[in-house]
Amino acid sequence: MRYSGFRVIKEALTGHRGWGPAWRDPEPKSDYDFVIIGGGGHGLATAYYLAKEFKQSRIAVLEKGWIGGGNVGRNTTIVRSNYMLDGNEPFYEFSLKLWEGLEQELNYNAMMSQRGIINLMHSDAQRDAYIRRGNAMILNGADAELLSQKQVLEKYPFLNVQNARFPVMGGLLQARAGTARHDAVAWGYARAADQRGVDIIQNCEVTGFRIENGKVLGVETSRGFIGAKKVGACVAGSSSKVMAYAGMRLPIESHVLQAFVSEGLKPVLPGVITFGAGHFYVSQSDKGGLVFGGNIDGYNSYASRGNLPMVEDVMEEAIAMFPMMGRARLLRSWGGIMDMSMDGSPIIDKTHIDGLYFNGGWCYGGFKATPASGFVYAHLLATDTPHKTATEFRLDRFHTGHMIDEKGMGNQPNLH
Amino acid sequence: MIINHPLLGPRDLSEFVYLGDACLMNRPDWQADDALEQFIDYGYTRDNRAGLHRELWYHEQGDRSWLVVTRNTVTHEITQVELARDVARAEGRSK
Ligand SMILES: Cc1cc2nc3c(=O)[nH]c(=O)nc-3n(C[C@H](O)[C@H](O)[C@H](O)COP(=O)(O)OP(=O)(O)OC[C@H]3O[C@@H](n4cnc5c(N)ncnc54)[C@H](O)[C@@H]3O)c2cc1C
Repeated sequence: MRYSGFRVIKEALTGHRGWGPAWRDPEPKSDYDFVIIGGGGHGLATAYYLAKEFKQSRIAVLEKGWIGGGNVGRNTTIVRSNYMLDGNEPFYEFSLKLWEGLEQELNYNAMMSQRGIINLMHSDAQRDAYIRRGNAMILNGADAELLSQKQVLEKYPFLNVQNARFPVMGGLLQARAGTARHDAVAWGYARAADQRGVDIIQNCEVTGFRIENGKVLGVETSRGFIGAKKVGACVAGSSSKVMAYAGMRLPIESHVLQAFVSEGLKPVLPGVITFGAGHFYVSQSDKGGLVFGGNIDGYNSYASRGNLPMVEDVMEEAIAMFPMMGRARLLRSWGGIMDMSMDGSPIIDKTHIDGLYFNGGWCYGGFKATPASGFVYAHLLATDTPHKTATEFRLDRFHTGHMIDEKGMGNQPNLH
Repeated sequence: MIINHPLLGPRDLSEFVYLGDACLMNRPDWQADDALEQFIDYGYTRDNRAGLHRELWYHEQGDRSWLVVTRNTVTHEITQVELARDVARAEGRSK
């Protein structure tokens, strides 16, 4: 069924009896050409682009819980392409371009809203760094604009720009950045993939690989063995766990990141804004809640909940930036498990096992990457060659020294 | 999370800084034939276990000691806290 304004009116007049499920709930077949492990945004997008762009069939997505229950349904929904390094920026800009056409492509309202992101700057050194990053973005076909303090105040008149320690000197604006409805992205890809024949199999946990003579033959799951010519893992925070079934140790640590939402308020924040003297980002959802977050808690964790010191830290940053936020009540907070890589950048590559591929290491920036990650992973799975925007996301870069360390933090995953 | 410091008793998480897997205490021998491989492994790959995890914490806002904490990464429960110094000595190093 195609969704449209006409359809909404028709259903409204006929008691909404015609909608039907957005995707099937198939039994797993005994074997597939492609098995994607993980029904998060990336796994579902990969399956969709495999079918749509690369004309492949016999594809399954195996999800241990329900689709969208992982990080794709837990993030703070910021979509942007304001990276600096050559290995990253073309990929994220490719992703942003895909976002711009996503809803038409999927026939699904993902509430993509290009409301702009401003990274605030608080020192001369930071201004220089932002100018450099802005130029790198422009060179890669993205948009970037340096705002003065006055221009920032025009958009956000209530910002505390006079903070004695961290005065706001201006900001780096990417006007095409914004937010999208995270669950809808998972559901939109799921529905579109399903319509192209992809089997989305929920409650199906992968518990091992069947590997013979260096070649993968399929996966062991909680619903029995499923054969596959090619297997693509795409499990975000569970990357190390799943790849350990294939005997691999990854350059990844799993960490918990918390997010917060306030009670619903009248519109106060027109766009996304980040605090440059710490790590804090906030936007306002269409329901009115302020959605915000900060750093990861900083220690290895598979518990989808964090601790109080980070809660306090995030609140302090919020109040330093917007004193008025002190009046808003916090409604909810939650956590998600981040696949923090050793250089802060992702990995999309073949493994040393024939037919087994790996996609992970997204740290806390993988939501914005969803369309491009799916596209380039499908490219790799279908053609065995990397897409041109993803040639540097290699698994062996930690051996060869070709790190993509956007923040220059070194091999300390909790600092990326 | 509260870390029960062997010398100072229960201390709040916010006093500590996290480094990572306690395997970082075992720096490879730079003269070994496969020193390069060992250092790549040491620097960049981790077990990253879901479950019991031995890890290094630094008591920065306290006595500046390094601790080896055994913690369950699924529940955050801490079952053992040792001075890293004692752990190294027990392994016959840092005499
Ligand atoms: C609090 C928070 C805020 C964030 N904010 C942003 C942001 O503002 N912008 C941004 O770009 N990114 C953000 N991120 C990061 C982003 O959400 C992730 O990088 C991205 O969602 C990861 O890809 P995914 O959607 O495929 O992951 P997931 O949705 O986690 O998908 C992985 C799936 O694999 C499944 N799985 C795991 N093990 C198995 C198994 N053995 N068998 C079968 N299935 C398995 C899981 O159940 C899960 O559904 C944030 C993350 C969090 C937690």
